Amino acid sequence: MLGPRLRGDDSNERKICLNTINVPVYGTRCSNLEEQMSKTILSKALIPSLAAVVGLAAFAPIAQAEDTMYMPSMSYRTGPFAGGGTPFADGYADYFNMLNERDGGIGGVKIIVEECETGYNTQKGVECYEATKDKGALAYSPLSTGITLALIPKSSVDEIPVLSMGYGLSAAAQGEQFPWTFVYPTTYWNQMSSILKYIDSNGGIKGKKIGFIYLDVGYGKEPIPLLDSLSEKMGFEVAKFPVGGKEMQNQSAQWLNVRKERPDWMIMWGWGAMNPAAVKEAVRNRYPLDRFIGNWWAGSHNDLKAIGKTGKGYLAANFTGIGQEFGAVQDILKHVVEKGNSKVASADDVGNVLYNRGMFNAVVLAEAITVAQAMTGKTAITGADMRVGLENIKLDQARLKALGLENFTGDVIGDCADHEGAGSIFLQQWNGEDWERMTDLIEPMNDTVRPLLEEAAAEYVSDKPDFTSQRCR
Amino acid sequence: MEFLNSIFIAPFIDMGSAPDFLLQVVWEGFVSGVLYALIALGFVLIYKASGVFNFAQGIMVVFSALALVSIHKAGAPAWLAVILTLVIMALLAVTIERVVLRKLVNQHDAILLMATIGLTLVIKGVGELVFGGEPQSMITEELGIPTGSTVWEVFDGIVIFQHIDIAAAVIALLMVAGLGVFFSVTRIGRALRAVADDHQAALSVGISLNQIWAIVWFASGVVALVTGIMWGARSDVSFALEIIALKALAVLILGGFTSIPGAIVGGLIVGIGEKLFEVYWGPLFGGGVEAWFAYVLALIFLLFRPQGLFGERIIERV
Repeated sequence: MLGPRLRGDDSNERKICLNTINVPVYGTRCSNLEEQMSKTILSKALIPSLAAVVGLAAFAPIAQAEDTMYMPSMSYRTGPFAGGGTPFADGYADYFNMLNERDGGIGGVKIIVEECETGYNTQKGVECYEATKDKGALAYSPLSTGITLALIPKSSVDEIPVLSMGYGLSAAAQGEQFPWTFVYPTTYWNQMSSILKYIDSNGGIKGKKIGFIYLDVGYGKEPIPLLDSLSEKMGFEVAKFPVGGKEMQNQSAQWLNVRKERPDWMIMWGWGAMNPAAVKEAVRNRYPLDRFIGNWWAGSHNDLKAIGKTGKGYLAANFTGIGQEFGAVQDILKHVVEKGNSKVASADDVGNVLYNRGMFNAVVLAEAITVAQAMTGKTAITGADMRVGLENIKLDQARLKALGLENFTGDVIGDCADHEGAGSIFLQQWNGEDWERMTDLIEPMNDTVRPLLEEAAAEYVSDKPDFTSQRCR
Repeated sequence: MEFLNSIFIAPFIDMGSAPDFLLQVVWEGFVSGVLYALIALGFVLIYKASGVFNFAQGIMVVFSALALVSIHKAGAPAWLAVILTLVIMALLAVTIERVVLRKLVNQHDAILLMATIGLTLVIKGVGELVFGGEPQSMITEELGIPTGSTVWEVFDGIVIFQHIDIAAAVIALLMVAGLGVFFSVTRIGRALRAVADDHQAALSVGISLNQIWAIVWFASGVVALVTGIMWGARSDVSFALEIIALKALAVLILGGFTSIPGAIVGGLIVGIGEKLFEVYWGPLFGGGVEAWFAYVLALIFLLFRPQGLFGERIIERV
């Protein structure tokens, strides 16, 4: 019966501390509890029993309370991919914290964001998942295709949805086969189809040679089946240039091969330190940068600011707005950054490509919570409720405008069978100092890609008889 | 038959049909080799003096480069940033000697290796805490390192020489020459060789083991800084650079753990070999052979010449 006493009227802060004993949580100070306790004589007598309660509470789900909801943040602020992981984690946390500050949370329930460092390492990512899932996690955004692939089988068992926003397993777009995985607003496969569509509309693609340079891990290899399939259908040739994880900053051999193969266009599926090295090598080998297109993980400010003017002309895909002019971003600056509650190194970093993408990841999750609250009538929802919320999300332009994100991205409309939304991308170009949006939204070749996604989803589950699926129609 | 053709005939026809490109491949391999050799030099210095395989050399490269860039960003001119970075590396060397090595004198090699692995984690943690995890741009122009390129028109084609690559090659060769003179001519250099040959004999003739170790770790820190500048200028300065240091292991096996010329020759064999193999034979393996070529080559060397090309052959009485 000690549990309810700890969750008393004035002990919200205490409860949070007790449940996240090893990891600091935004806006909480565990030391307060110790200070208060030490001031009372009674506390001395209670210390042994409280210690036991602390131990128990560490394993108790946070979200059982009605006044908080728990949202884990799988981040990587260390290691070779920190340049991408850091701004994403900042944007993600800052949006939830802004909602807490500005609106008092979502539906009156505050969101607790807890970071767990994965280092972009699948094993560590799974450890983070196992360590946090019993705290009442509403959803996971692994920010790694490798971790996503590892979590997909676990998510249906634990009933916690995975939102791999624009990454992960493309086949997870099939909601019937993957009820617990979401890839809004689009998949790697559809992104690739949009990029090829752009190339086709700029001089035609038939008879051309497309070079594909990629990080030689699950993420980089993900779009290859689609690329191979479309090369036959659209009549272009593909030259592949894998870059091993250890060779990310030493790509001269790959670019010598590019010079040998002379592709008409280059497409890159890179991440972290691979991206600036690739752009520099392209310049060294005099490859025209306006025919070199990175995917949406190869077009951040961190990738290009170290290169500066040398990288002028380089193109990259994106699906989220750039800059600080959006109302939601302004609110973050006002309610979080200016109050010193953000981890961003500088206020200028707010609005950068990956910061805004991390923020949008939080926007999708926050919207799903809102939908789930409305549908279930609960204030503090569960992972299962969250899944329903994600399937019924409706982030159209009117709703985006209301959220302070007008013209920030295309519509994200949830659906039981379609966990992707076949969203569009746009291309941005580096002007030597900053990214500039260059195109309108480019729709994917959904008619071509969707059957391939269905095929891939069926193949994924074919040898997994116990895999949870659902029927939508 | 086609397979044999793709191994033994087609690559050489490719080389002959585009000799300008072959020259470019060899030049790029040469530059990579020089840069590998720079990393390997740091390992050799410490191994020569203490018999320790310094697992922390890679992170020292990252740490020194990040320190340089961060000090410059804080407002110091480039020359001052270099001096302050050298001071930091000297302090690091003294600290390592005092806190780690002094406690482990006469311990087994494996213990010393484990200590350097621990050291790697400490330096990495401190580095991430102080400098953050985001990539930084190397202050190439501020340091006066030439940028731009020169084109050589040859064999109806072109070979592109990046000025920064030429600078890297020149600096590496100067460092090797300087270290060679340091080891053979100076008093400290001779003392260092004495320590490398026999710790106890060196101690008995009055050589301070602690002083020598601090000096050699500092020299290794200087090599790390030069390596960090050169590698950082080619891509950027981030913790991913640490991974490149692993390639130095293959270089050391080829060249020998105790030989400075061996580090250079080993670096060049790995650098040129992996580029040629990746470009002309890589397609046979689906590309990406550069990731394992050096280690396979090292494995072959271990089978036939375990002491490396220039390493000392150790014959022990049993």
